[in-house]
Amino acid sequence: MPKPIKKSRKINFYYLKHEFYGKALVTFFGLFLILLTLLLVVFIASKGFSTFTKDHVSPLQFLFSTLWKPDRDLQSGGPVVGALIFIIGSILISVIALIISTPFSIGTAVFMTEISPRLGKKLLQPAIEIFVGIPSVVYGWVGLSVLVPFIHRVFGGLGFSLLAGGIVLAVMIFPTITSVAADALRALPGDYKEASYALGSTRWQTIRKVLVPSALPGILTGVVLGLARAFGEALAVQMVIGNSIRIPGSLLDSTVNLTSIITMDMGNTVNGTVWNNSLWSMALLLLVISFLFIVLIHKIGSKGRVQR
Amino acid sequence: MENNDIKISTNSLELFYGDIHALKNINVEIEERKVTALIGPSGCGKSTFLKTLNRMNDLIPSVRITGDVYLDNLNVYKQYDIVELRKRVGMVFQKPNPFPMSVYDNIAYGPRIHGIKAKNKLDEAVEKSLRNAALWDEVKDRLKQNALGLSGGQQQRLCIARVLAVEPEVVLMDEPTSALDPISTLKIEDLIDDLKEKYTIVIVTHNMQQAGRISDKTAFFLHGEVVEFDSTEKIFSMPTDKRTEDYITGRFG
Amino acid sequence: MKIKSQSADKAATIVFYIIAGIVVLLLAVFVGYLLYQGRDRLNLHFIFSAPVFGKEGGGIGPQLFNSLYMVFLSMLITLPIGLSAGIYLAEYAKPSKVTNIIRFCIEALSSLPSIVIGLFGLLIFVNLTGWKYTLMGGALTVSVLNLPVITRISEDALRNVSPSIKEASLALGATHWQTILKVLVPSAIPGLVTGVILTTGRVFGEAAALLYTAGMSSPVLHFSNLNPLSHGSPLNPFRPAETLAVYIWQVNSEGLAPDARKIADGASAILIIAVFLFNIVARIIGRSLNAKFTGKSSRK
Repeated sequence: MPKPIKKSRKINFYYLKHEFYGKALVTFFGLFLILLTLLLVVFIASKGFSTFTKDHVSPLQFLFSTLWKPDRDLQSGGPVVGALIFIIGSILISVIALIISTPFSIGTAVFMTEISPRLGKKLLQPAIEIFVGIPSVVYGWVGLSVLVPFIHRVFGGLGFSLLAGGIVLAVMIFPTITSVAADALRALPGDYKEASYALGSTRWQTIRKVLVPSALPGILTGVVLGLARAFGEALAVQMVIGNSIRIPGSLLDSTVNLTSIITMDMGNTVNGTVWNNSLWSMALLLLVISFLFIVLIHKIGSKGRVQR
Repeated sequence: MENNDIKISTNSLELFYGDIHALKNINVEIEERKVTALIGPSGCGKSTFLKTLNRMNDLIPSVRITGDVYLDNLNVYKQYDIVELRKRVGMVFQKPNPFPMSVYDNIAYGPRIHGIKAKNKLDEAVEKSLRNAALWDEVKDRLKQNALGLSGGQQQRLCIARVLAVEPEVVLMDEPTSALDPISTLKIEDLIDDLKEKYTIVIVTHNMQQAGRISDKTAFFLHGEVVEFDSTEKIFSMPTDKRTEDYITGRFG
Repeated sequence: MKIKSQSADKAATIVFYIIAGIVVLLLAVFVGYLLYQGRDRLNLHFIFSAPVFGKEGGGIGPQLFNSLYMVFLSMLITLPIGLSAGIYLAEYAKPSKVTNIIRFCIEALSSLPSIVIGLFGLLIFVNLTGWKYTLMGGALTVSVLNLPVITRISEDALRNVSPSIKEASLALGATHWQTILKVLVPSAIPGLVTGVILTTGRVFGEAAALLYTAGMSSPVLHFSNLNPLSHGSPLNPFRPAETLAVYIWQVNSEGLAPDARKIADGASAILIIAVFLFNIVARIIGRSLNAKFTGKSSRK
């Protein structure tokens, strides 16, 4: 007669050794991701808020004033840190990048999924992967050594401009939007297409009236992801926009954005000064915006699901 | 017949799959060192029942089980540790599922998991299991090669050998030949015939001829119930239940 | 009406071909231009020698070494953590609030601008630890950047393993953890390796996160000194370590050498070549591992 086996001490030790240690380890590292994110938010926030708590800069002034005189001496009224110029710069550059990139991205995504999946797989997919892999400083460098002189010669001005920044970023976010949009188009059920063709629609009509509209939530997700990447890119933009602290009057004017001013000034300012603290506040702003983009993507995603 | 030992028995076994009542009041006794076939149309619960015997249904969160399953008169769900249970009750699946490693490592996997480290013991276990699964002669020269390079039939015999290496008492087989060609099927059927000298075998099959050829007892499942459970001879020659007869004679629709 | 819609269809098809053509052409011109511009720097002297301050003819040896060392260190940190977190998500995490929070954190971390991660690194691995700018600080910062990516790659690779293999292992009496360690992770290797190599390429080109963590200078490295604890040793991780990507940026913004342009061209060409290498190697290894794991190449 075999004896009951459960609850013997040997077996419990067996599980401790062969199951629970491992499980505890990987669970710890799973939870570690939460810890890391919290740590990151807390540290950036504690530095970022010091502009408002320690230096008593009003958050409204920080967000909505274009007055940037972080080194003004006390006789003239002390430092002022209004970040609106940088915020506007970031928004303008990202929007220009989106305007340039989105048509190409959607066009390429449609080409890869509907027009020629064979070429899409053999040629465009690898091309996109290489575009993703090219480091941002290399984009910046080509922008600086080719695009900037080109703009200077053809359109006049310095060449360092909003336009140059927008174009460089457009190339950089192109693969993001394209691959997400292509995934969205591929995920459409095949009967959408068949139904449309069965009604006598041409391919173009099917793409325009059925496929792109039905894949819209996915395409929008790609666009938002591209926007997020554009907003946060630092070096490539910094290398080509000229970094003059002003709101640009035209596409050809040089300007500055949040990431550029952080990149340039973080190393030149003394820790604890208003100037330095305001850079941390901008970093916090970037962090908050990046989180907002994710929330937006989730909103788009859940909306897309409801519609379907 | 009466003297045969009962290896596995169930008592009012019920299984719910979410809201679906997948097994209803199952009471069967499976004899030691016999081949018991479970037949029935798709979705009748025969595979589900098989998986209650080594608690593979535990993997599915929505499954709820009431009633009892006994192995050697001990409750499978209450008195056995799951590792110990599965060592005693091995399982062969519908599709051959060798691990993506060498033939040798596939067979040695079970013994290693259960703490055997010595090279000579592992070698011994590998050879013995492969011989028992009638595969040794075909693979003895390529033990170090990837098991996925074997043919489908060889892969399935490898999976049987892998189970045998753990030295189980019961071997459960879930339609083990449904993905194989007729010649491979025949080899596995021969193998099952050899194996029953040492092991208690429970096999789910779609193929009634197969059940007739290899099993000693047959249970006919329908809509989650055991309609009839008797010696294979009796089930196939003079079933008592009309539904069994309809199914056996192919008048089932 | 029919004719009109058909000619519109034809025109649209042509436009799509043009767009695809522009994309491919742009890449070809881009890469071709970089290689062409950098052609006379693609020599061993440039690759292995050190920069010369204020003079022409400097190389990128230390920067290239720093990049490689940084990639190695950060992978050493990220791989075990990311794989563990991936295992947790693929195998143990049940649908729950905590799991959702973990997924949100992964998404949040992976979409954060790398400059922000760099600043986080500055706070923790430079200021808080008191290390100042170090290769280790840079590697840890890049690890923060990579962790969500590696976690996701690991989770996907594990989820792509056929569930029948997991069943087989459990049915043999293996515990869940034994199954993960001995069957699932080995079976996920093809997917893992490809993803990890591609990520490595990304680390290689990262700059923004390193400006204020690994720094914008490299001490003179004595490649004969391999004691990781000694000061001038290239293996010492606690020293400033400017990487190749950072150097490209710095050469342009600070103009340390009269031939800054040539240096940037050469370094960019090398970065591009590295990206290609990573891509090709990932493909080749991925394909051969896949063949090995599906038994296709196991015939002698």
